[in-house]
Amino acid sequence: MTSHSKLLKQKSIEYRKTILEIIFNSGAGHTGGSLSCVDILNVLYNSVMDISPKNFSKIDRDHFIQSKGHSVEALYTVLCDCGFFQRNDLDTLNQFNSHFIGHPTKKIPGIEHNTGALGHGLSVAVGLALGLKKDKKKHRVFTLLGDGELSEGSVWEAATSASKYNLDNLVVIIDRNKLQITGGTEEVNPIEPLSNKFESFGFKVQEADGNSIESLLNIFQNIPFQEGMPNMIIANTVKGAGISFIENQVSWHHKVPTQEEFNLAIQELEENLKNA
Amino acid sequence: MPNTLGKPNLEIFADTLLMEAKKDSKIIVVTSDSRGSGKLVPFGKELPQQIVEVGIAEQNLVGISAGLSASGKKVFAVSPASFLTARSLEQIKNDIAYSDHPVALVGISAGISYGQLGSTHHSIHDFAVMRCINNMTIVAPADNFEASEVIKQAVNYNHPLYIRYGKKPMLDIHSGKTQFQIGKAIIIEEGEDVALIATGETVQRAFLASQILKENNINPTIVSMHTIKPFDSETFLNIAKKSKIIVSIEEHSEFGGLGEQCASLLAQNQINTNFKIIGIPDEYMVNGSQSDVLDYYNMSPEKIANTTKSLID
Repeated sequence: MTSHSKLLKQKSIEYRKTILEIIFNSGAGHTGGSLSCVDILNVLYNSVMDISPKNFSKIDRDHFIQSKGHSVEALYTVLCDCGFFQRNDLDTLNQFNSHFIGHPTKKIPGIEHNTGALGHGLSVAVGLALGLKKDKKKHRVFTLLGDGELSEGSVWEAATSASKYNLDNLVVIIDRNKLQITGGTEEVNPIEPLSNKFESFGFKVQEADGNSIESLLNIFQNIPFQEGMPNMIIANTVKGAGISFIENQVSWHHKVPTQEEFNLAIQELEENLKNA
Repeated sequence: MPNTLGKPNLEIFADTLLMEAKKDSKIIVVTSDSRGSGKLVPFGKELPQQIVEVGIAEQNLVGISAGLSASGKKVFAVSPASFLTARSLEQIKNDIAYSDHPVALVGISAGISYGQLGSTHHSIHDFAVMRCINNMTIVAPADNFEASEVIKQAVNYNHPLYIRYGKKPMLDIHSGKTQFQIGKAIIIEEGEDVALIATGETVQRAFLASQILKENNINPTIVSMHTIKPFDSETFLNIAKKSKIIVSIEEHSEFGGLGEQCASLLAQNQINTNFKIIGIPDEYMVNGSQSDVLDYYNMSPEKIANTTKSLID
């Protein structure tokens, strides 16, 4: 393990602590989905994307749109660590008149598109990637989708345009945690065979372990997977990843931990941090 | 001086946009298999790098337009008004208005323009739904002059904008000395006691009604209320305070459009005027050409004049 991946692993544990703290303190949040995607955001912001508070106001940088907007606590946590705002700002989450609400908004430094209603992010990312490509800019557009979100027809409309316009500067990541609010994705409305579906829509698809820093670092190095084709990463994750009693539980979609659960979770994360 | 018959506003839109896009390569048109009905075939031939075609997918049309705008483009998203403002309403609300992308959403063949194609293709809801989306400007140009001016201003307009176009040739209402500014109503003629407030293609009908009224020694004020939002309340209230009778005319549901905006202002400013809304009532609509349907729903010049006179009597 390189020192960089070790650092990222430690960050992932710290991020999980922050996610739990802000959800517990504010009394609301999407715990399961934030924990499943936080490693992806960690690697993107700390190792892959050219985005920082310094260049954020420019178009010439990488771009990120979180289509699964409800997992905003993970995004806030990573943006805070990257210096877009201070922790005391984040601690106003869900308070009256705070800009830190339960879905991404451009009022927050570091967020470039308002999301929350599902199935919107991919079209916007396609438009951005197309605009950059028309201007012969080298930067890329990353977007994170949930797997439950893939039932939205608008996702597939956008997919057709991504391949029509050969957007190899577009990187779509699916947080494939296999659960949604009602139950398993394959019970609610099956989306498999996912890889085949996106391949048939003209994407170059690769799979990764979305909760493994090494696996994520490795897969992002390969972008573009194939010149002239949009990139799709199916990131296989565990909903609630990193906290044993939250993992793979439908009930933790947007459950807020009790004081006891919160203490247990923090204790488990601190032990993991010692061993990281 | 008789007013000459101009071109369809839709053609003026396409001609103006092509002219502007030749000067500004940042202008991008996005279409949903709608370049033919949007008169944009020449645009596609002359500026193929400045047109994006998404196929019949209005949600994607609006989402991609938001993204293109984020990349620094000046985007015109063109699709039939009926589909644009209903099928993709959530994208308009979230990806354009709430995310504050200055995209011009161009609703073509608006109102009853599609005539016999029926209610699936009519947009008599668009003012209402777009009015209650925060951060959205709404414009319905009346004649060729307004149709062209709004596009020139849209190029550098810094807010989300919805423009509604019909496809029938329109009378040249304005003399050419008129100033057009988004958000500022145009008083076509200033009369006394009676005011006809119209928007979009019904301005022509109100104008023709005023000719009939003049023959009956009634000189109405005629207003092109081309901007539905932000509404020019100042001009409207100034006219309302001087008028005993006001009639609003719109190619839209009686609910949630121009008429109810006027009614709200009258009521909230304690102006007790004899006021009538002419629009499409809440019923299964009759079928027919745009002209026949509008005539049926009291928007023929004769019926507008009669309605106005009935308020005097």
